[in-house]
Amino acid sequence: MGHLLEIRNLESYYGPIMAIRGISLTVEKGQIVTVLGANGAGKSTLLKTISGIMDPEKGQVIFDGEEIQGLEPHVIVKKGIVHVPEGREVFPLLTVNENLSLGAYTRNDKAGIARDREMVFEYFPILAERRNQEAGTLSGGQQQMLAIGRGLMLRPKIMLLDEPSLGLSPLLIQQIFGILERLNKDEGVTMVLVEQNARVALNLADAGYVMEVGRMVMNDTAENLAASEDIQSFYLGIQEDSQRSERRWKRRKTWR
Amino acid sequence: MEFLQLFVSGLANGSVYGLIALGFVLIYKATESVNFAQGDFMMFGAFIALWLTNTEYMGLPFWIAAPMAMAAMGLLGYLLDVTIIRRMFGQSQTAVVILTIALGFVIRFFAGVFWGHEPQTLQSPLAVGDVTIGGVVLGMADVTIIVVTALLTFSLFQFFKHTKLGLAMQAASQNQMAAYYMGIPVKRVQGFIWALSGVVAAVAGILFASKGAIDPNAGMLGIKAFAAAVIGGFGSLPGALVGGLIIGVIEPFAARYLPAGYSQMAPYVLLLLVLVFRPHGLFSQVRTKKV
Repeated sequence: MGHLLEIRNLESYYGPIMAIRGISLTVEKGQIVTVLGANGAGKSTLLKTISGIMDPEKGQVIFDGEEIQGLEPHVIVKKGIVHVPEGREVFPLLTVNENLSLGAYTRNDKAGIARDREMVFEYFPILAERRNQEAGTLSGGQQQMLAIGRGLMLRPKIMLLDEPSLGLSPLLIQQIFGILERLNKDEGVTMVLVEQNARVALNLADAGYVMEVGRMVMNDTAENLAASEDIQSFYLGIQEDSQRSERRWKRRKTWR
Repeated sequence: MEFLQLFVSGLANGSVYGLIALGFVLIYKATESVNFAQGDFMMFGAFIALWLTNTEYMGLPFWIAAPMAMAAMGLLGYLLDVTIIRRMFGQSQTAVVILTIALGFVIRFFAGVFWGHEPQTLQSPLAVGDVTIGGVVLGMADVTIIVVTALLTFSLFQFFKHTKLGLAMQAASQNQMAAYYMGIPVKRVQGFIWALSGVVAAVAGILFASKGAIDPNAGMLGIKAFAAAVIGGFGSLPGALVGGLIIGVIEPFAARYLPAGYSQMAPYVLLLLVLVFRPHGLFSQVRTKKV
């Protein structure tokens, strides 16, 4: 009762390949939940299935008490789920301002849109500076900020973030995650954060899930995950004081 | 004097090419596929207007018939997308291209059956008389075509820049996936783009048929307009228009100053040169994506 987002036994296919194999996950209002995993674990597929870009074969996505799996993406967006895709995906030939306007495509309250545009500019001052510049001419970090800002323009109840750290310098990653934290604290934006960069993700998140080849293999609070030996050696790259036999490639994961 | 007259009549022809090229680019940007029936759309739009206007058919006033023809072509474009093109979703672009070529033949055949293969002239109030500007005698039709094209281009520009639907159309053509993420109903927007290209084709057709005679094979003009779109840099709307104007202007001058026969070649020679020296066209919008 009362989960903002609940996923039950979800299965999705890429053609004949089963990309996610029975995943369950819950997100509470105001939480940041991170989904960790290596390349090809099915993290992006999971987000795409939630936002309706892909249809699941089985299982349910329940948002605000309502089943939404298999609906058209624009219907799902209207319910308040926004997906900030991997690799930014801004509209390159449109200006920053126009990109933000498109973020509010499903809204009609002019005053509210104008207010949120100002809010985005407050969080990302560099975007305000470049508001009339074509998005394709922005740097990678600025494009990521624009993608997040564009998502905010929807006034989402939940934000699905697909690898916001991809291709950014450590300093920029810190900056962007700092902003995500403020957005969560000050604006109360609930987030599902898919990341390969486990360290920053666990730092920010309240709870975490670990995915491997289409399955959830761990689920705990972010603190416990960050403290767990498996996560430390496989995702955080921390090596125990080098007992030769304890090297990374000799260790077996506890869930195998 | 002669230079100016050639230039203006070239601009008028070029406007028609440009408008057809605009249709090519609209569809290309939205669906990443080429609608080779665009020329036939133009011809069909002209025939609908002619059928509604001319006294031997319906005999409606031109100012009622023209908007009706535009609306009809818009509807045709939209329905084509909904019933046929959308089903091709996920197929290769080549499949869509072949489909539109076939579609062109069907439209041509239809026009031939309905209206015969004899060239006919639209009884248009646009084409009457001459105007004299600064001692130069210009055909009224030429001037009207240029003015209407300029107006249409201007309003299209405003539409794309300042309306929500126009922005959504641009978004859907620049990054379809991201448009989905923004909650833009991409399929419906694409349907509107087909409708819009139908309307633009109808305008081109009405202008073309005001200037000269039209027959079911007039759609072959589409090939020249295609060259115009490529010269302008496929994917750029202003480029398409400028490409059309360039081809339009080159033709009469080639006809006047080059030996007989060469004028037919001129547009394609230009196309070749552009492809060799500026493969992305004159107004390309190619930009590499940052990772």
